[in-house]
Amino acid sequence: MHDGGQAAVMEAHWGGGAAPFGATWQKTMMWIFIVTDALLFSGLLCGYAFLRQAAIQPWPKQSEVFSIPFIALMTFILITSSMTMGSAVTAARLGDHKKARTMLAITIFGGLCFLGCQAYEWSHLIHEGARLTGALPGSTLAAEGVPPVFTQAFFVLTGFHGSHVLSGLIILIVTLVRWSMRKTPSQGVEMAGLYWHFVDLVWVFIFTLFYLL
Amino acid sequence: MATHAAHAEHAHAPQAFIWKYVFSKDHKVIGIQYYVTAMLMALVAGLLAMLIRVQLAWPEKDYTWLGKIFPMGYDVGGGFGVMRPEFYAMLFTMHGTIMVFFVLSTAPVSGFGNLLIPLQVGARDMAFPFLNGLSYWTFLPGCLVILASFFVESGAAAGGWTSYPPLSALKGAVPGSGTGQTMWIIGMVFFIASFTMGGLNFVTTILNLRTKGLSMFRLPLTMWAMFLVAILGLLAFPALVAACIMLVFDRHYGTSFFIPAQIALNNVPLLTQAGTPLHQGGSPLLWQHLFWFLGHPEVYILMLPALGFTSDILSTFSRRPIFGYKSMVLAMCGIGFLSFIVWGHHMFVSGMSPYLGMAFAVGTILIAVPSAVKVFNWLATLYRSRIRFTTPMLWAMGVISLFISGGLSGVWLAQAGPDIHLHDTMFVAAHFHLIMAGAALFGVFGATAYWFPKMFGRLMSEPLGKVHFWFTFITYYGTFFPMHYIGIAGHMRRIYDPYQYEFLKPLQPINELITMSALILGASQIIFFVNFFWSAFKGKKAGENPWEANGLEWTTQSPPPHGNWPGEIPEVHRWPYEYSNPDAPRDHVMQHEPAGAAAGH
Ligand code: HEM
Ligand SMILES: [Cu+2]
Repeated sequence: MHDGGQAAVMEAHWGGGAAPFGATWQKTMMWIFIVTDALLFSGLLCGYAFLRQAAIQPWPKQSEVFSIPFIALMTFILITSSMTMGSAVTAARLGDHKKARTMLAITIFGGLCFLGCQAYEWSHLIHEGARLTGALPGSTLAAEGVPPVFTQAFFVLTGFHGSHVLSGLIILIVTLVRWSMRKTPSQGVEMAGLYWHFVDLVWVFIFTLFYLL
Repeated sequence: MATHAAHAEHAHAPQAFIWKYVFSKDHKVIGIQYYVTAMLMALVAGLLAMLIRVQLAWPEKDYTWLGKIFPMGYDVGGGFGVMRPEFYAMLFTMHGTIMVFFVLSTAPVSGFGNLLIPLQVGARDMAFPFLNGLSYWTFLPGCLVILASFFVESGAAAGGWTSYPPLSALKGAVPGSGTGQTMWIIGMVFFIASFTMGGLNFVTTILNLRTKGLSMFRLPLTMWAMFLVAILGLLAFPALVAACIMLVFDRHYGTSFFIPAQIALNNVPLLTQAGTPLHQGGSPLLWQHLFWFLGHPEVYILMLPALGFTSDILSTFSRRPIFGYKSMVLAMCGIGFLSFIVWGHHMFVSGMSPYLGMAFAVGTILIAVPSAVKVFNWLATLYRSRIRFTTPMLWAMGVISLFISGGLSGVWLAQAGPDIHLHDTMFVAAHFHLIMAGAALFGVFGATAYWFPKMFGRLMSEPLGKVHFWFTFITYYGTFFPMHYIGIAGHMRRIYDPYQYEFLKPLQPINELITMSALILGASQIIFFVNFFWSAFKGKKAGENPWEANGLEWTTQSPPPHGNWPGEIPEVHRWPYEYSNPDAPRDHVMQHEPAGAAAGH
C-alpha cells in the first residue's frame, strides 16, 4: 500500500469547505508537535526557575561565568539562520528552485556554526571545572561560588537544546537533498522551516532566562 | 474521480496475514490491538488489586502458597508466608501505574479512538496511518517492560504511581528504587511516545479529514471527547517527560534536581568522600509540581472518553436528542481548560502558601460547574424518555451514577481544610476509584458492548452482559463505598498492615467485607472475558445498524471493510442526535440522509 496514494484519496474527500486554518494535515501536525515540544522545554525551564528560586546559595553573576558577547554572537548566528530559512521557504513557494537550495545550504551552515560555538563553550566551561553534578572542588568555577544547580541546569538545558539543533540540522540536510532531487514539494521545506524557527525561538528563551536574567 | 481512487485503494488492501493483522496500518486493526492489549494489562493489574485487598483484610495469615509464585514477596524462608512491606508497595505502585496509563488511558483513547475516529468523521483512515501503526508498536514494548519489571532481582518500582522522589530518585532508597524504577521510567517513556504519536493523528484527523458537511458542531460528543483528550495529552505529558529527564539525570548521572542536601539513607547521610553533601540544592517538590501538572489532566484523559461514550449511548437508547449539545461541548472544553490550573490540590499538605492553596481550591471547586452541567444534561435527556435497557445503556447509567458519587467526595477533597485530614487516607482511594477508575472502566464496558459490531461484526450476548453489569455495579460500590468510612476513621492508604496501629484494629471487619466484595468484583470480570471471546466468534450477526443509531459509523458494514465504506464516503446533513423528531417518518434520522428525510434541521 502506498501512503502517498492513500493520503491523496483521503484528501480528495475533505469537502467540508476550506481546510481549518488553511493548513493541510501535515502542517497542522507539525504545528501541534511543535507546541508539545515547546511545553517540554517549558517544563525544563520551569524546573530551572523553581530550583533557582529555592537555591540557598546566591546565584552567580552570569557575566563572570560566561562571555556574554560570545553568547550574543551565537544568538545572532542562529537568528540569521532563521532569516535565511525564511528566504528558502519563500523561494520554494515561488518555485525558485536554485535560490531555495542556496538558502537552505546557508541555513545549514549557520546551524553548524552555532553547534561549533556551543562545543567551544562547553569545552571552555568544562576546562574551568564545570561538571554535570556541580563545580569541581578547587576549580576556578568553584572559587566563584557556582552552586550545583547552576551547572546542572546549564548542561541539561543547553544540551537538550543542542540536541534539537542537531536534529533540526538532520531534517534540513535531508530536506536539502530531497529538494535538490526534486523529491519534496515546497511544503516539505516549509515544515522543516517551522521546526527550525522553533528551535531558534527556544534558544531566545534560554538566552534570556539563563544567560541574561 | 474519488470513487475510482477509493476502489483502487481497496484493491491495494494488504493480503498477507502479517501486514493485515500484525503490522497493520488500518485504524480498525490498530484500535483492536490497542484494546485487547489494554484489557490483558487490566487483567494483570486487577490481579494485583486482589493481592492488595487480600493483604489488607488478613495481613497475618500464612500465604506460603503465594510465596511460591512470588518468592520475593513473602517471607517464606522465615517460616511464615507473610507479605513483605516493600512487596506491598510494589503491588500498589504497579497496580496504579498499569491501570492509569496502560489500561484506562489506552483502551478508551487509543482503542476506541482509533476504531471510531475515521468511522465517525467519515474518513478512510487516520491522517498518518504509518505513524498510527508505529504508535502501537511503541506501546507494546512499554507494556512488556512494565510487566517484566516484576521479575528483576530487586522487584518492581515501589514509589507509588506518582513516583515521588526521593524514593524514585535514589537507587538505594527501597528495593524497587533500583532496576524496577528504571524500568518504570523506560515503560513510561515508551507509553508517552506512543500516546504523542496517537494524539497527533487524533487532532489532525478530526480537524482535517472530516467528510463533507460535517462541521465541528455536528460531531458526535465522543469525537469531541477524543479531540480534547488528544490535546490534553499533548499539552500535559511534556511536563512528565521533562521531569523524567531530570529524574534520569539524578538517578544515573549524579545531579540533584530532586534531591536536597539533607538526605540520609538508612540514617546515614549521603556524603562525598570529602565529607560534603553528595547532593545539593534539589527539591522533591519540583517533581510533585511537574508530575501533577500532568497528573490532573491525566485523570480527565481517562474520564472524558467515558463521558463522550455515555452521551452517545444515552441518546441512542433513550431515543432522545442529547439535551444541550453545545453546552456539553463547552462543558468538556471548560473541564479540559480548568484541569490545567488545579494541580496543586494534590499538594495541599506539602506546605504551600495558604493563599496559593486557596487559589487551587477555588479552581477545583469551579470544575464542579461544568461537571454538573453534564450531569443535568444527561438527566434532562433521560427525563420522560422511553428507555431501552440494553447492556450499553446500563453501563452508561452506571457511569452517571459513579460520576455523581465520586464527584460529591471530590468537593470535600477540593478544599484544603478537609483535605489535610483526608489526604493519603482510604477516603482518597474511594474517591478516585469511583470517579476516575470506575467511570472510565464502566465507559469502556459500555463502549465495548455498543461498538462491538464495528469491531467483529457481531453483537455481544445481552444476558451475559447484563449479569456482568449487575455483578460489577453492586460489588464496585460494595468495594469502594465503605472505603470512605474507613478513610475518615483514619485508615491510611499505601500501608501493608493497618493493624499495627491499635486504633485501626476495629476496622478489620470492614476491610474483610471490602475484600470479599472486591474478590467477587474480580471474579465477575470472567463473565466479561467469556462474553467477549464467545461473542467475537459466535455472537449474533449484527447488521449495519443494530441499535438504530444515527452516526456515520452505522452507515457501513459491520465490521467495516478496508477503507471503511465500500463506495463513496457519505455526506453529512445534520448532527447525530436526530431521535424522535415528530416530523420525521421514522423515530431516527441518520446523519447522512438527505434533508428531505427530516423536516426542519
Ligand atoms: C478491580 C478493582 C480494583 C480494586 C479492588 C482496586 C483496589 C485498590 C486498592 C485497595 C488500592 C489502595 C492500595 C493502598 O493504598 O494501599 C488501590 C490503589 C490504586 N488504584 Fe485500584 N483497584 C481497582 C481498580 C482500579 C482501576 C480500574 C484503576 C484505574 C485508574 C485503579 C487505580 C488505582 C490507583 C491510581 C491507585 C493508587 C496507587 C498508589 O497509591 O500509588 N484501580 N487500588
Ligand atoms: Cu487532580
